[in-house]
Amino acid sequence: MQKIGVFVCWCGSNIAATVDVEAVAQASLSEPGVVFSTNYQYMCSEGGQSAIRNAIAEHGLTGIVVCACSPRMHEATFRKTAAVAGLNPYMVEIANIREQCSWIHRDKEEGTKKAIILARAAVAKLNRNVPLIAGESQVIKRALVIGGGIAGIQTALDVADAGYEVDIVEKTPTIGGKMAMLDKTFPTLDCAACILTPKMVDASAHEKISLFTYSEVESVSGFVGNFTVNIRKKARGVNSDLCTGCGVCIEKCPSKKAKSEFNQGLCNRSAIYIPFAQAIPNVPVIDRESCIKFQTGKCGVCEKVCTAKAIDYAQEDEIITRQYGAIVLATGFKPISLESYDEFQYNQCPDVITSLEFERICNAAGPTKGKVLRPSDHEPPKTVVFVQCVGSRATVECGKTYCSKICCMYTAKHAMLLREKYPDTEVYVFYIDVRTPGKSFDEFYRRAVEEYGVHYIKGMVGKVAEEDGRLIVQGSDLIADKQVIIEADMVVLAAAIEPDPTARSLGTMFTASMDTNDFFTEAHPKLRPVESPTAGIYLSGLCQGPKDIPDTVAQAGAAASKVIGLLSKDKLVGNPCVAACNEPLCNGCSTCELVCPYGAITYEEHLVVDHGVRETRRVSCVNEAICQGCGACTVTCPSGAMDLKGFTNLQIMAEVDAICR
Amino acid sequence: MPINEEGAAFKPLIVAFCCNWCSYAGADLAGSSRLNYPVNVKVIRVPCSCRVNPLFILRAFQRGADGVIMCGCHPGDCHYTSGNYFARRRMALLFSMLDYLGIERGRTRVEWVSAAEGAKFANTMNQFAETISALGECRRLEDIRCVESEI
Amino acid sequence: MRRVRDMMRSRAGELLKDGAVTRVLGWKSGEFYYDPTPSFFDTEESLDELVYNGFSAAMLSKYLIEATKKEGRVLVFLKPCDTYSFNHLLKEHKVDREKTYVIGVGCGGMLDIEKLRALGVKGIESMEELGENLVIHTLYGDKKFARGDVLLEKCATCKGLEHKASDELAVPDELWEWETSDRFARVSELEGMTSGERFAFWRGELSRCIRCNACRNACPVCSCNKCVFDNPRSGVIAKANADTFEENMFHIIRAFHVAGRCTDCGECSRVCPQNIPLHLLNRKFIKDINAFYGEYQSGESVDGKSPLTEFRTGDVEPGIVHERGGA
Repeated sequence: MQKIGVFVCWCGSNIAATVDVEAVAQASLSEPGVVFSTNYQYMCSEGGQSAIRNAIAEHGLTGIVVCACSPRMHEATFRKTAAVAGLNPYMVEIANIREQCSWIHRDKEEGTKKAIILARAAVAKLNRNVPLIAGESQVIKRALVIGGGIAGIQTALDVADAGYEVDIVEKTPTIGGKMAMLDKTFPTLDCAACILTPKMVDASAHEKISLFTYSEVESVSGFVGNFTVNIRKKARGVNSDLCTGCGVCIEKCPSKKAKSEFNQGLCNRSAIYIPFAQAIPNVPVIDRESCIKFQTGKCGVCEKVCTAKAIDYAQEDEIITRQYGAIVLATGFKPISLESYDEFQYNQCPDVITSLEFERICNAAGPTKGKVLRPSDHEPPKTVVFVQCVGSRATVECGKTYCSKICCMYTAKHAMLLREKYPDTEVYVFYIDVRTPGKSFDEFYRRAVEEYGVHYIKGMVGKVAEEDGRLIVQGSDLIADKQVIIEADMVVLAAAIEPDPTARSLGTMFTASMDTNDFFTEAHPKLRPVESPTAGIYLSGLCQGPKDIPDTVAQAGAAASKVIGLLSKDKLVGNPCVAACNEPLCNGCSTCELVCPYGAITYEEHLVVDHGVRETRRVSCVNEAICQGCGACTVTCPSGAMDLKGFTNLQIMAEVDAICR
Repeated sequence: MPINEEGAAFKPLIVAFCCNWCSYAGADLAGSSRLNYPVNVKVIRVPCSCRVNPLFILRAFQRGADGVIMCGCHPGDCHYTSGNYFARRRMALLFSMLDYLGIERGRTRVEWVSAAEGAKFANTMNQFAETISALGECRRLEDIRCVESEI
Repeated sequence: MRRVRDMMRSRAGELLKDGAVTRVLGWKSGEFYYDPTPSFFDTEESLDELVYNGFSAAMLSKYLIEATKKEGRVLVFLKPCDTYSFNHLLKEHKVDREKTYVIGVGCGGMLDIEKLRALGVKGIESMEELGENLVIHTLYGDKKFARGDVLLEKCATCKGLEHKASDELAVPDELWEWETSDRFARVSELEGMTSGERFAFWRGELSRCIRCNACRNACPVCSCNKCVFDNPRSGVIAKANADTFEENMFHIIRAFHVAGRCTDCGECSRVCPQNIPLHLLNRKFIKDINAFYGEYQSGESVDGKSPLTEFRTGDVEPGIVHERGGA
């Protein structure tokens, strides 16, 4: 049986004016377990707290009920008070007789009655409380960043600068991501490579950062502070330790018919290749699909020409197991496939291209050495039509309902660059709305229209057709309210962007929840925007939602600061109010696992003793370091095996009973 | 207005389950804004609306509650991201079932109340109490044996 | 149906003989002709006692929970509707699929002994099932019926004759197929009543409950190691039946616990000795789930989430459900 003390606060006149505090203290003495009660002017004051501490010592109290303001206000205070007096802090219950009683009721008799009932409910609950002890776990002081684009690089640099080790896992042969493919960046028009490549070098040179390029995460186990990750280092066919990056192998490789991924397939590359000149690491990869040696067994030119003896055809995938305290998802994006957009003739006409292809065409290191030429005949286009919102803000099946956010700005950029380089070129932009909410963004767009004379047409393009080597673009001009037909030489489609397809499997692996578009969801959309609901998993960059480079870098830094906050702790103290499974009652049905937003529940075969029967059963196990204590599992559990500490079924039902008595 | 045995005006007993993060804070705000609502509304704090087990609701009716309301964060704002979505399905089905069993649908309610919606909390409770006052006492699920017993 | 039985006996014999299965779960004659009882057969010889006829309604799926805990593989005969419950049990890891061998048996609709009794049938000695015609030989002479008139409620509203799980089928071509009726008709009728009328209806029905737990025992979804109603620590008052309250509570909670999981097998109502239409509780949930969250049939497959373990952000609000008066 508990020995409970009830402490009724006056809160000056805030409570005492409408509640007879003496009567509440008196009435609670008749409740089961209550051995002491008192009232005091300000319970939260030092005087009040010492009265509590003294009473705990004097009466050997096992728990206290404080009838005062909202637990949201002073629950933590009174828990500390209890702890100081040697009581378990979870043996404290608060009866909210201020916000939910004295402040809303004017009649003192009624207010007192209600306060007595609220105190009774708190006592009833406390009678079923048990001491709770928060679990502790170690924090491994290393972070994993998945994705080596600008988001991943920035997060890694920020974490590493704070003194923690960081590994970057990147699935392609080089870090740099999509930003490395861009020509200029809006709204300042500085060159992407000029601002990105130094960061890439910083990342590779940083003593705290390890790069795993051409690698993928294979599996993960563990929880916040203690993840164990298996990384598959795919076989490059080149020994990175020996390779000097001289490039002779690439030059001599006889197989030069593979499409360059980096150049969006606009030109070819050799079978042994580096994606682009500033790739990091500067170590080639053998693309086994197009390598003659791997396909036919005959060739071996690269091996012959390599003076460093770095070519290793027998190299195999390697699995590396590493431990991490925190994991950052920075998996980025890709433009959507335009397979289902036949109206724009993307698959049929080589001169209908995507904006990312246009970036490569503009780029001095691109397939046309920076000259804007039509892919079909390598002639400079005289009229270029840009089409915005291709697949964004779509109402049709194949599109995306969201706004891709970056297209308005990069299209203005493309239009401007074109007009600057080729003032004779006519440039048209079809748009639904032009969205420019960013620093210096609207000024940038207005420059495109006012200074550069880009023709913006509000309306959508209905159809593109090829006629005698020209592209006939049919669209509507909603402002002039008429159909327009433009004879163009090139059409650039601002394809919607979507999360990288690897995100989904990673999401499943890390139990990081995703929205219907496969963007990772935040722990809270406003207040915890860089954390995944799963503790210890953070989000950086476009994998969380469309954003431009400044936003990505800002978010990457925010994610880094969260990681640093976690890694700076030696131990994590959990919330003891977590779910717990009563194993003999558990059916092992997996229902609880399905509703857990944190992936805190797993199943294990345990020896269960139930009514003298010993058998191995599949039972649910809660990882207390991951569980956040929402209670979703407790209600979905049909057998009542799952309960929530601090808010158990019996505690809540005791409150119900006390209120309804 | 219905009159009870002692001849006083009937004041329905209402149990309100409120999630800690939004609705309980909303109820607190109603208090600090000094907004009146009926004295017989009693709030039980739960971490999330998804912690509200149908058992608790049945238990309240069993013990003589005249109405039960569940309040949680607005859909999309759940502190635990998805708890209120599960709760929404559970309560939609449970309350429809109670109605099917003859427990008037006015006696059960789900309301999303944010921490900023003190006024909404008070208004909701006032309206709810009014609806239930019109329905009178709820005896249909009450267990007469339970009046003084304990588990 | 006799043809099916012969196929069952011969295949079971073969599988027992070559050791592919160690036991066979089927039906054998009960105390009366109309109650074939679930039973295990270990030997080929014992299969002579295997029966399968229009009274073999008892679903065998649930017996697999205990059966598959033992060594060896169990051959089980499942009618089309039984396969839904089988899948559900697999989904909740109650049955080990590796330890089962499923023969999907053809079904011509199971017969309702209560309906036959009401038509004056007693002292049944044997029966001839000829498609839609039924000849029942009784101590008091032969009686003829149209099969469709005397089907169990769960068969009159049959979900379909396709087996949703099986290793092989024993379905002869000539089986009778019948017109089914709307399984939600009675639920809609109740929904159309006033609150008071519904309360009176359910009080009338549920007050007959004797808490024998037959519904719980037959239910393939009610497979908890320990029911909350048997657990004094659950806070649900244990068995005692001083008034109708206990029964109300039991049946409401039971229905809620199986909501989204119930396969609508109808066993609860079929086995109820007090003839309480318990399936009308489950069907209310099913009807609401279909209306609110889209058509869902539990046990259709082994994978996937059930309506109460998933959600959509745009789900209907309970308040709207209230306003428009339910589903």
